[in-house]
Amino acid sequence: MSTDNSNTLDVNADQQHVDHHDHKPTGITRWLYTTNHKDIGTLYLLFSLTMLFIGGSLAMVIRAELFQPGLQFVDPHFFNQMTTVHGLVMVFGAIMPAFVGLANWMVPLMIGAPDMALPRMNNWSFWILPFSFFILLSTLFMEGGGPAAGWTFYAPLSTTYSNDSTAFFVFSVHLLGISSIMGAMNVIVTIFNLRAPGMTWMKMPLFVWTWLITAFLLIAVMPVLAGTVTMVLTDKYFGTSFFDAAGGGDPVMFQHIFWFFGHPEVYIMILPAFGIVSSIIPTFARKPLFGYESMVVATASIAFLSFIVWAHHMFTTGMPVAAELFFMYTTMLIAVPTGVKVFNWVATMWRGSMTFETPMMFAVAFIVLFTIGGLSGLMLAIIPADFQYQDTYFVVAHFHYVLVTGALFGIISGVYFWIPKWTGVMYSERLGQWHFWCSLISVNMLFFPMHFVGLAGMPRRIPDYALQFADMNAFISIGAALFGLSQLIFVWCVVRCMRKKGEKASAEVWEGAQGLEWQIPSPAPYHTFQTPPKVK
Amino acid sequence: MKHYLFGLKCVTSYSVLFWLLLNSITLQAQTEKYNMTRGATDISHQVYDLHMAIFYICCVIGAIVFALMFWSIVYHRKSKGAKAEQFHGSLKIELLWTAIPVLILIVMAIPASRTLIAMEDTSKADLTVLVTGSQWKWHYKYMEYPIEFYSMLATPREQIDNLAEKAEFYLRDVDKPLVLPTGKKIRFLVTSDDVIHAWWVPAFAIKKDANPGFINETWTKVDKPGVYRGQCAELCGKDHGFMPIVVDVKNPEEFDLWAAEQVELQAQAKAEAEKAAQQTQSMEELMLLGQKTYESHCAMCHQISGEGLPGAIPALKGSVMVTQDIPAHIHIVAYGKPATAMQAFAKQLTTSELAAVITYERNAWGNNTGDLVQVADVVAVIEAGE
Repeated sequence: MSTDNSNTLDVNADQQHVDHHDHKPTGITRWLYTTNHKDIGTLYLLFSLTMLFIGGSLAMVIRAELFQPGLQFVDPHFFNQMTTVHGLVMVFGAIMPAFVGLANWMVPLMIGAPDMALPRMNNWSFWILPFSFFILLSTLFMEGGGPAAGWTFYAPLSTTYSNDSTAFFVFSVHLLGISSIMGAMNVIVTIFNLRAPGMTWMKMPLFVWTWLITAFLLIAVMPVLAGTVTMVLTDKYFGTSFFDAAGGGDPVMFQHIFWFFGHPEVYIMILPAFGIVSSIIPTFARKPLFGYESMVVATASIAFLSFIVWAHHMFTTGMPVAAELFFMYTTMLIAVPTGVKVFNWVATMWRGSMTFETPMMFAVAFIVLFTIGGLSGLMLAIIPADFQYQDTYFVVAHFHYVLVTGALFGIISGVYFWIPKWTGVMYSERLGQWHFWCSLISVNMLFFPMHFVGLAGMPRRIPDYALQFADMNAFISIGAALFGLSQLIFVWCVVRCMRKKGEKASAEVWEGAQGLEWQIPSPAPYHTFQTPPKVK
Repeated sequence: MKHYLFGLKCVTSYSVLFWLLLNSITLQAQTEKYNMTRGATDISHQVYDLHMAIFYICCVIGAIVFALMFWSIVYHRKSKGAKAEQFHGSLKIELLWTAIPVLILIVMAIPASRTLIAMEDTSKADLTVLVTGSQWKWHYKYMEYPIEFYSMLATPREQIDNLAEKAEFYLRDVDKPLVLPTGKKIRFLVTSDDVIHAWWVPAFAIKKDANPGFINETWTKVDKPGVYRGQCAELCGKDHGFMPIVVDVKNPEEFDLWAAEQVELQAQAKAEAEKAAQQTQSMEELMLLGQKTYESHCAMCHQISGEGLPGAIPALKGSVMVTQDIPAHIHIVAYGKPATAMQAFAKQLTTSELAAVITYERNAWGNNTGDLVQVADVVAVIEAGE
């Protein structure tokens, strides 16, 4: 059904409408007009890889400035633009689109659907993104510079006290939100309607489950973000006082609304990674996932809890004790379903027959390092201690462990896992292992010392620091440079596969592979599952 | 493929990482360079103990989980001939590893709640200090004494620009520290004049956001005299990294002496200001004080060159505002411009400093208006009111 739609877009292909061979426009129009889930998945993934390097370059500016105390390279205002835009680019440009790209490629293949349910909308939701980021990044080259209030853009720093890049930033976020909501609707409609006969709910691969739950989170909170930035816009330009006490508003209300979006957003960036790792661990352990049902329940519980913990980002902001206690207890509670996930992965590995190809290496690293990030999250839940951790490098270490060695490592392991299916050739195992070891060592040089520098009292978002933090910061900056360089190996790996350099991949690719996506040839044909497969 | 070798590397690398984690425990015990400070108050000791307790719990959980995992990585590998078992699912085990964490959390939640409730109890204070953040300095007002003052970064610009050697307390020194007595319960009222700041002194385990238009409360009671340092902890714009906090805690007797001295000094300053209003000053005198005042209070935004930051901060060089109407110029410096980063300097600077800095702005960078602004001119505008 949906493949018909995709062909009707191409006016020259009327007679090709009926047959389902790989007829498509060539050159740039193929990519502009495409409604094919595989093409769009590829676009999303390449876009997010580009943004990873742009966001990474901004991080390099930050780390260069922090290499030594004193101001060396940039002025503090530009430094603030770097931290702000780094955060926005990585969250909205690198991590989220990468997951949407993986969903586009893999969800239809995993549930036996011929395409995504809403292919034209799919095209639109991708093509909004480059424009949105063009708008955001262009502000860096304007007079007065880009947004500099942090990726969390707390009012009134982002309203009364910001420059005119705010208008561009708000418009850009609105576009991102539209894109995300459409992407999420597409995932939901696809999973609800296009599952192959016999693919019952409790037979769906966990990646499909985690993405389904993520999509509901997206639909619930992206409108909240849109509302927040709209209030920022009207406060700044149209004389409203949502966040201005002088007009009866409240700057802290901004934080409540922002984090009501922001905390589910954090899980939007990790749940699909849980799904990826839950596919990879059983494959390389050659053993079924321990506790599939409890994994589904744990994911749903995490999603539910994510709506009632938002104020733990703002304990120092001043709240009634009762509210503080409530948010402390709910936050601590999240450790329970998260623990269940980790224990289940370990139990899956237990008494398996494991091999350690690159995807498995990244998945194992994910479990260990994400757990470290989770444990520091548990420390942050203890409010009296949080008063000391809040807004220090301890928090920076915490969220980079869950987002870089969590979300990003999850994405990378997924790419190595599925790239033979996408391109038809195996990635170079040698390069993959090099990429893994270089990344593992450098990422820990980069983020592990941040815990200590934060505990010792270094606040985040500062361009210059007191002398006792100097040694650690120099070490961290070296780690950052190495981690950035290590990702070039990844690009090399991916480019080799895209240019079909490498061993030919079989349909099954991995010895322990289970699921529909491994029953179609490699590379996956342009159109798949036009006749629904039967799932036993 | 040599998966065995990869796996071995994997194990060694994680062991090293884990060794680091464990080693950090001893590191932490040894030095405050890598750990949270124990601080100087009863509350800060409780906070430190909570921090260490949850840290050890996390280490033990991590150790158990990772040990099981590495055991399995070493022994349950295909290259060692391991055959995969096909077991999965066990309600008993799932319940067990749900229940145990819940119990650990309850054990941790009890002392955390107790400390939190104590931290939030600001009643029965002996002394109250109103702490007001503004870009990028702190203002302290003692509610029981006629004492108030601004506290600003004292690190010279040359050190920040790497032109001079950095002092021991680089970026952690202020011109006038907050002075407090030991053994008294001190309540802080925390607020802001512009954006959100956060008043953070690690040794007191206090970090409280300063929200414009709202007042937060917190408290401390310090037993040991000493100098305690902190800094702003909430991104508050360009010079967020340059607004340190220094608290000088003295014995009650010394504090009383200090307070009496301050009351006298502030009265003297007021009398001097009144006297200055009667006198006229020369261009040289005004320009000299004006430049000094400009560089410490205005140059952060408007720059030493008077050129501002295009798109963010207006230039003063050649600006209509500082070359035309004198009373309008005085008014904007004294009362600021609402809804912008331009602050009201009437309460931050003396009338002599205001007169001098306005004269300076009207004659520096080729503005050359030749205008002299005297203290009396400033006083006239200020008395006319906002």
